[in-house]
Amino acid sequence: MEFIQQLFEQLFGAEWGFMLFTLVKNLIYIIAIAVPLLLGVAYLTFAERKIIAYMQIRVGPNRVTFFGIPWLRGWGQPIADAVKALMKEIVIPTGANKFLFILAPILTIMPALAAWAVVPFSAELVLADINAGLLYILAMTSMGIYGVIIAGWASNSKYAFLGAMRSAAQVVSYELAMGFALVCVLMMSQSLNLGDIVNGQQGGSMLNWYLIPLFPMFLVYFISGVAETNRAPFDVAEGESEIVAGFHVDYSGMAFTVFFLAEYANMILVATLTAIMFLGGWLPPLDIAPLNMIPGFIWLLFKIAFLLFFFLWFRATFPRYRYDQIMRLGWKVFIPITLIWIVVLGLMMQLPESVRNDFPFNLWF
Amino acid sequence: MNFQDIIFYVFSTILIVSALGVVTSRNPVYSALLLVLSFITCAGLWLLLEAEFLAITLVLVYVGAVMVLFLFVVMMLDINLAQLREGFWRWFPVGGLIALVIVAEIALIMSGSYFGLEEMPTPEPKPADYSNTKELGRLLYTEYVYAFELAAVLLLVAMVAAIALTLRHRDDKKSLDIARQVSVKKEDRLRIISMPAEKKE
Repeated sequence: MEFIQQLFEQLFGAEWGFMLFTLVKNLIYIIAIAVPLLLGVAYLTFAERKIIAYMQIRVGPNRVTFFGIPWLRGWGQPIADAVKALMKEIVIPTGANKFLFILAPILTIMPALAAWAVVPFSAELVLADINAGLLYILAMTSMGIYGVIIAGWASNSKYAFLGAMRSAAQVVSYELAMGFALVCVLMMSQSLNLGDIVNGQQGGSMLNWYLIPLFPMFLVYFISGVAETNRAPFDVAEGESEIVAGFHVDYSGMAFTVFFLAEYANMILVATLTAIMFLGGWLPPLDIAPLNMIPGFIWLLFKIAFLLFFFLWFRATFPRYRYDQIMRLGWKVFIPITLIWIVVLGLMMQLPESVRNDFPFNLWF
Repeated sequence: MNFQDIIFYVFSTILIVSALGVVTSRNPVYSALLLVLSFITCAGLWLLLEAEFLAITLVLVYVGAVMVLFLFVVMMLDINLAQLREGFWRWFPVGGLIALVIVAEIALIMSGSYFGLEEMPTPEPKPADYSNTKELGRLLYTEYVYAFELAAVLLLVAMVAAIALTLRHRDDKKSLDIARQVSVKKEDRLRIISMPAEKKE
């Protein structure tokens, strides 16, 4: 690495060489994050189809395989789907606004990928270790809604527009509850840096994780995350039975696939953030010999997969919420819970020193 | 010219062009979207000034919430451009006068010595562990706590007022009382009548 840096500095001069070197290095890091992420997205769709199939006593995709290997049957399905999507035509409706119609899917996937810049994968593995990491994530995820609104408007279709309105109102409402839940996390960790948040949960065992003192916030955050990603049971933005497919009803081919990818990338992002903020990130559940020898990255992956399973499980088992029930849950249940818990947490943090040093408070404060 | 200068000029150009686009664009949806773009580039410029908290909050609050609702409203309006342009030349002198006054005021402030290079030297780059957010929070909650709380109360009052303005009671509306729905019992809905069995003729 240092050799390459010196090479750049000799070629382009000290200042420019360093800048270009940083640029190239970061580009390589970005590819190293984005490519496995998109592969993960592809196989998450496969996992979803398989898991929901088994929950509904079906088999799911079981045909496409690699090189005719029989025990890999079905595993080629995401690749086949991707190839199919690439081949299909992107139909642009006559009355649509062409520029915004094409821009909308790009605006949806951009923040879903950009948020990964500050996500730490282990104690050292992070692209941008910035102080305000949590704020950055909130800002990025709040931008994802633009793609949906613009798609709904640019399609020049009533179904698409209704879907976009529903989605926008829902996402803006649940963002508040999400933000307040995160305020609790940063009250505990006293830092906005995601790495510091994980380090604040360090200790002997999983009792130190923020999951336990912030359990209501964990539920609020995770359910709000499901609502933010417009997943079942909060998928009224798509609502097949009422508005066909919602905001992406007029999209086809790769343009549709990009929306699809963004939804799954957002799912993985929400699962990762929940794992980092409530389930101790890369920390093992018990700091003893066989468990702490497994690298932290594997633990993080395991936690992400565990949380992603819930997303699929919800989709397979819950009926869709009615629209007024969604709004009621967001505004009248979640936001009051978070506000109360902020006060409770503040009081717990102000407990006298002697009480705070006793079990169980000494684990967290 | 170093790397930071290039970033500054690129962002400033985008900011100025998009801000001009906001007022000149014919389509109000484009105007709103260009305003979003100018907010984001503005946040980029603030990041160059090492004001990372303000920059991210700008994106979070204005781009993430305010402009979404704005766009929402703009998209639902059916705007007739010809109608909007009707009184343009009639009101042009008034608008032009106001614009001139604003330009003159800005020029008066900017041409003074307060913003001169001697008065405002380049800020020293802060060490890596310096947290902008922490400093801002410390100042807001110690030195400026009264002003801060006052602003918060003002916002709360505005919020209550906005809700009160839109709140109206209608007697003919059909809505569900979920608590009543849930607490309904068998006795409320079902009446079991015992009557003697009828005999066949």
